[in-house]
Amino acid sequence: MTAAIAPVREETLALEVENLRIGYKRRGRVLRVIDDVSFGIRRGEAFGLVGESGCGKSTIAMAVMRYLAPNAVVEGGRIAFGGDDVLTLGDEQLRRLRGDRMAMVYQDPNSSLNPSIRVGDQIAEVYRHHRAMDKAQAREAACLMLEKVHVSDPARVVRRYPHELSGGQQQRVVIAMALATDPDLLVLDEPTTGLDATVEAEVLDLVEQLRDEFDASILFISHNLGIVSRICERMGVLYAGRLVEHGPARQVFSDPRHPYTLALLRCVPRLGMRKDTLRLDPIPGSLPALGAEIAGCVYADRCPIARDRCRTDPPPLYDVGDLRAAACHFHVEVPGIPPSEETRPADVVPADDEVLVRVEDCMKTYRSSGGDVTAVAGVSFAVKRGEIFGLVGESGCGKSSLARTIVGLTDSTSGVVEVDGKPMSQRRQQRDRALRRAVQMVFQNPDTALNPRHTIRNILGRSLKRLTDLGSRRERQEAMDELATAVRLEHRYFDVRPAALSGGLKQRVSIARAFAGTPKIVLCDEPVSALDVSVQAAILNLLIELQLRERVSYVFISHDLAVVRYLADRIGVMYLGWLVDIGDAEAVFNPPHHPYTEALVSAIPTLDLDAARPRVKLEGPLPSPIDPPTGCRFHTRCPRFLGDVCVNERPPWQQANGNAYRCHIPPDELEPLQLAARPDATRKEGNGAGPAPAA
Amino acid sequence: MVVDRSDPTSALTVTDAAPGVAGLQGEFARLGRRGRAALFGRALLGSKAFLVGAVIVVWWIFDAIFWRLFVPYEPTAVDPGATLAGPSRSHLFGTDDLGRDVFSRVLAGATSVLTVAPAATALGIAGGITVGLVTGYYRGIVDNVLMRLVDAALAFPLIIIAVLVLSVLGQSTWNVVVVIGIVFTPLVARTVRSAVLAEREHEYVAAAKLRGESGLYIMFAEILPNISGPIAVEATVRLGYAIFTAATLSFLGLGLQPPSPDWGLSVASGLAFLQIAPWMVLFPALALATLVVAVNLVADGLKQVVEE
Amino acid sequence: MRRFLLTRLALTIVTLVLVSILVFGVAEVLPGDVGRTILGPFASNEQVARLNHELGVDRPLLVRYVDWISGFVRGDWGESALLNVPVRPLVLDRLANSLILGAFALVLIVPFSIFMGVIAALKYGRATDRVISVTGLSLIALPEFVAGVLLLVVFAVKLGWFPVSSSVPSANPVDIFRQLLLPSIPLMLVLFGYISRMARAGTVEVLQSDYTRTAMLKGLPRRTVIWRHVLRNSLLPTISVVSVQIGYLVGGLVVVEKLFNYPGVGKLVLDSAIGHDLPVLEATVLMIAVLYMVSNLVADLLYGILNPRVRFAR
Repeated sequence: MTAAIAPVREETLALEVENLRIGYKRRGRVLRVIDDVSFGIRRGEAFGLVGESGCGKSTIAMAVMRYLAPNAVVEGGRIAFGGDDVLTLGDEQLRRLRGDRMAMVYQDPNSSLNPSIRVGDQIAEVYRHHRAMDKAQAREAACLMLEKVHVSDPARVVRRYPHELSGGQQQRVVIAMALATDPDLLVLDEPTTGLDATVEAEVLDLVEQLRDEFDASILFISHNLGIVSRICERMGVLYAGRLVEHGPARQVFSDPRHPYTLALLRCVPRLGMRKDTLRLDPIPGSLPALGAEIAGCVYADRCPIARDRCRTDPPPLYDVGDLRAAACHFHVEVPGIPPSEETRPADVVPADDEVLVRVEDCMKTYRSSGGDVTAVAGVSFAVKRGEIFGLVGESGCGKSSLARTIVGLTDSTSGVVEVDGKPMSQRRQQRDRALRRAVQMVFQNPDTALNPRHTIRNILGRSLKRLTDLGSRRERQEAMDELATAVRLEHRYFDVRPAALSGGLKQRVSIARAFAGTPKIVLCDEPVSALDVSVQAAILNLLIELQLRERVSYVFISHDLAVVRYLADRIGVMYLGWLVDIGDAEAVFNPPHHPYTEALVSAIPTLDLDAARPRVKLEGPLPSPIDPPTGCRFHTRCPRFLGDVCVNERPPWQQANGNAYRCHIPPDELEPLQLAARPDATRKEGNGAGPAPAA
Repeated sequence: MVVDRSDPTSALTVTDAAPGVAGLQGEFARLGRRGRAALFGRALLGSKAFLVGAVIVVWWIFDAIFWRLFVPYEPTAVDPGATLAGPSRSHLFGTDDLGRDVFSRVLAGATSVLTVAPAATALGIAGGITVGLVTGYYRGIVDNVLMRLVDAALAFPLIIIAVLVLSVLGQSTWNVVVVIGIVFTPLVARTVRSAVLAEREHEYVAAAKLRGESGLYIMFAEILPNISGPIAVEATVRLGYAIFTAATLSFLGLGLQPPSPDWGLSVASGLAFLQIAPWMVLFPALALATLVVAVNLVADGLKQVVEE
Repeated sequence: MRRFLLTRLALTIVTLVLVSILVFGVAEVLPGDVGRTILGPFASNEQVARLNHELGVDRPLLVRYVDWISGFVRGDWGESALLNVPVRPLVLDRLANSLILGAFALVLIVPFSIFMGVIAALKYGRATDRVISVTGLSLIALPEFVAGVLLLVVFAVKLGWFPVSSSVPSANPVDIFRQLLLPSIPLMLVLFGYISRMARAGTVEVLQSDYTRTAMLKGLPRRTVIWRHVLRNSLLPTISVVSVQIGYLVGGLVVVEKLFNYPGVGKLVLDSAIGHDLPVLEATVLMIAVLYMVSNLVADLLYGILNPRVRFAR
C-alpha cells in the first residue's frame, strides 16, 4: 500500500511497481514468490533492491522486463513504465521497449554474451534494430560506445569474441549494449557478483561515472548492502517476497526501522570489526519455505520483538517520516533493539609459540599445454598453535594451490611444507594417520563437499572411524552426538541426506567432519562464501568458538577482506603466486602498506560512508600466470610504479610496524605518499560498528 | 522457529532448518527409502511412453519364459502337407517352407534374443564400469593409453567388428554374447568415465582423500553411487542395442543356426520366399520391432525421470 | 588452430596404425590354423601345411604384418583367395557403390532431421515435440533389416513399385530413386533418430542459455534471435554427431546391402568374412576405418572453424 507514502506525483516516476504479486506453478500448486510489492523510481534516480537468496529480487527484475519463466503466474498488480502497464503490453510493443527504453545488465557477463558473435556486432545489433542504422554506422556507434565505457583500444576489442576478453571487459561490453540507446530505465541484476574485488570496484566506478552522462533511472539489485549504499539514492529491503522497508539509502543504513534490516546490518562484518571487539550477531531461524502462506508478518518467526499481533496481523508499510516506510507494527522500537548475547567479544587467547605449519619457499608449478603455470612462486610463512592465519587474494593468486599442498592433496614442486613438524606430501598424507588427524579441511561449496548419496550419519561415522581410535560403535555414536552438539546440529538430521539440509546446516556437518579427529590445524577454504549473509554470521561465530575451545589453528582462505579482518589474527596477502604482505591483521590493513593491499582495501564498498578513503585504481589487466611480469610481479598494475627498478629487480621485504611487505618503497617513504593522497583524513579509520547499539 | 529471548541459552541453538530449502531435491532427500521408491515409481508410471514400453517388454519376457505352456504347435514340428500356407484359423501367421507354424515360431523366438541381449549387456556394463571408473579416477598414463585403444576399437562400427570376430571364432550363442559384451565395454566405459570426471572434482572426493581412503573405496563407495543414474540409463539403452545387434547378427547368419526359431534367423531364411510367402518374414520382423521399440521407450522414460 | 589440426592428424594416423594391427591380429591370429579353416577337417595335414606355406602364414607374425601393411600403403592389396581377382579394384569399386547409396541417404535425411529437431526444440514440451521425439526414438530402435523387410513386403512385393533387388543406378534421376530409395530408407530412419535428437538437445540447451535471454531482452525480433543467436550455437554439437553417424551408416550398409542384394562394401565384408577370404576382408575393413577416421577429421576441422573458442583459442 503506497497510500501511506504519497511520495511524488506519478508523472515524474520513471517506473512504478504497484501491488505486484507473482507466483510459480510447481506440480499443480502455485508458490507465491512476490507478495504485494510496491515501489517507485524517479527519473534519473538509482533505486537499490536488497535481499538474500530466494527473496524474489531477480523475479522482480524479470517482471519489469516481462521475461518471466513459463511457469510464472502474475497474480496481480501493475508495472507502470512510460505510461503503459508492462504486464499488459502487446508482444510487439514490448519488443520495441526492450533494448531501447529499458535495458538490463546481468550477473554473469561470460554466459550473457553469445560466444559465436563478435562483441562489436552484438552491440551494433542494438543500433541496427532500434535506430535503423546500417552495418557501417552501427559498427562505428558500437566503437564509440566502447570508448564511453572506458574499454582501452576499442577498435580492436570490437572484433573480439567474448572468450577473448576478461571478466571486467565483458561486463563493460554488456553495459555498453545496455546504454547504447540511452534508455529510460537500466536494470542491473547483481552485476558484480562473481567478479574479483578490484574488478568489481572498477565496474561500480564506471556505473557512477556513466550516471553523469546518461540520465537513466536505475534499478540496482544486489545482496551486498555496501554496494547498494554506495550507488543508490534510495533503496528497498526484500524479505521472503515482501518489501519490509524502503527509503533514502543512507538513512536506511544508518538508522534502520525494520528488525530485519537491523539484523542484516548487524550480521555483516564491517571493515574494522574484530572478533575481540564485537562479534557478529546471527539471525536465528531461517527463511520461510518458498511460497509458504504466512499469516501475519513474514519475519515474525525470527524477530526479537515479535508479539501476538505480529503473527495474525500483516503489517502494512508505515510512514516513518522523511519519505521512509517500514512494514513493522512496532517500528518505533527498532532503534532500541539490543544486540544478542552472541555479540559478546570473544576471549581471545594469544597464540603459543609452537609452530604448527611451516612453509618455506614453496613452489607449485602445473604443466599445461600452453606453458608452465607457476601457481605458487616461493611463498614462506608460519602458523602457530592457536592462531588464525588468514590468506587473501583474488582469483589466480595461488591460494587454493597453496592450500592443497598444506593438506597434502597435492605435492609442492619444491620448497618446504611442514605440518606438525613433519614434511607434508601426498604419500605421507595417505600413510601417516597421525598427520591425517592433525590437519583437516572445510570446503567452500556445501552442496558438493558432502557426498549426496550418504546420510549424515554415514559421513560423520566414517570420519570418526578413520580418524579416531574409538573401537566400538557405541563409542563412535557418543562421539558423533558430541560433535553434533558442538556444531549445533540437531540429532534428527542424522538419517537424512545432505540435499534435505540448508546451506548453513550442510556447512555445520562439514565442520563437524573436520573436527572428528581432534585436529590441530583446520584449513578453511572460503567456508562461508557460498552461504547467505544471515547464515554466514552464525558459521563464522561457530568457527571462532570451536577454535578457542579446541585450541586449533586455522588457515582461513577468503576473497572477502572484511571477513578475514574480522576473524584472523595474522594475515597474508597473495598476488599472482607471491606473498606480498604479511603480518598482524590490524597492521596489514590499517594502514595498508603494499600498493596491492591498498587497492584491495579501497575496493571494498563500505557501509561507513563517512570514512573518506581514496580509491586506488589498478591499471591494466591481470597478467597471465604462464608469463608473469619480471622483477616485481605487481609492477604492471601498480599505482606507485617507480620505474626500471620495479621491472628489473625483485623487491625486498620491508619491515613495518607489525607487518612486512615486498616493495621497493620503504615505510618511511611510503607514509608521506599516502598522506599526500588524502590530506584531510586521519590515518587510522574508525572501528565502524554500524548503528550504535543501545546502551 | 521461536527463539525465547528470556532464556539466554536457547538463543544459542541456532538452527537454520530445512524448510527454507525449496525444490524437489530437498523434498526427495527428506523421504525415507520407501518414500523415495514410491516417488520414483509414480514418476515413471506417469509417463505414457514408459508405460506402453514396459507393458510390451513384460509381455515378451513372460512369453520368453512360458511359451511352452500356450504355444499351439511345436516350433520345430514340420508338416510337409501344409507348407507355405497363408494365415488361417489353424495357423494364425501361416506356415513356412517346411510347414512349421509361424505363430508358434514367433512366440518361441523371443527366448534366444532375450537370453543373449541381457547377458551381453550385463557383461558390457560390468566391464564398462570397471574401465570407466579406473580411467576416470586415476587419469594419467593409464587413462591416455586405454582411451586411445578405445578410440581405435571404435574406429569402425560394431557390426563390422562383430562380423570380423564371429567369422573367425565361429558361431555360437556364447560367442555372440561375448562379442557384443566386449564391444559394448568401451562404449559404456566412455559414458562412465565422463560421469566420473565430473564427480571427482567435487570436494567430497577430496574430503575422502583427507580421511586416507583408498582409491578402491573412493571409486566404489563414494563415486559409484553418484553415477548410478547415468549408468541405469546407459544399461537400458545398451539393452536396446544388444537386442538390435543380436538380431542383426543372426540375420546375417553369424548367430544361431537353424532350426532355431530365432527371429533374425527366420527373417533371413524367409527372404528367399519373400514374394510368395511374405508372412514368413513379416511376423518375426514385426515381433522384433515391437520389442526393440518398447525397450527404447522404457529407456527414454527412465532417462526423463532420472534427469529430473 | 593449426596446433589443433596437427594434433588431430597425428592422432588419426596413430589410431589407424593401431586399427590395422587390430584388424590384422584378429583376422590372422584368431583362427589359429588358417589353412585348416579353409580346407576343413577332412583335409590331410600335408595339404594343410602346403596351403599354409603357399599363403605365407607360417612365417613369423611381425614379418607378415609388415609385409601386409607396406604392401597396403604402396597400393598392392593382394589377390582375393576366393575370387582370384586383385583386391584393390574390387574393394574400391564396391566402396564407390556404397558411397553412392550412403550419400543419397545422407543428402535426403540430414537437413530434414536437423529441421525437425529444431522445430521440436522450439515447441519444447508441447504435442509437436512429443510426437517428433517419440517417433525419432522408435525409429532409432528399429533394426535396419526389420524396416527393410517391412518396406520390401509392402512396396516391392505387394505394390510392386520398387524392385526387390537393387542395383547400382545409372545417372538418370528416376532410376536413382527407383534403385536407391528402398534400401536407403532403413538407413535414413536410424539417422533421423540420432540427428533430430542431437539437434533438439543442442537447441533446447541454447534456448535456455543466458545469451538467448540477453538477445531477447535487447528487443531483437524472435526470428533474428533464432537465426542469428540460437542456431549457430546449437548446431555445433550436431556437426560432431554427424560424423559418428557415418560409422552407423556403414554398419547399416552391411545389413541393407545383404537384404537388397546391393553390390556394396558392406556385402563384401560379410561375404569375405564368411568365406574366410582374408586379403579382401582385411583390406575392406581397413578402408572402412580410413574412411571413418577421415570423416571424423573433417568433422573436427569443421567444428574447429565454426567454433570461435577453438579457432581463436587464447
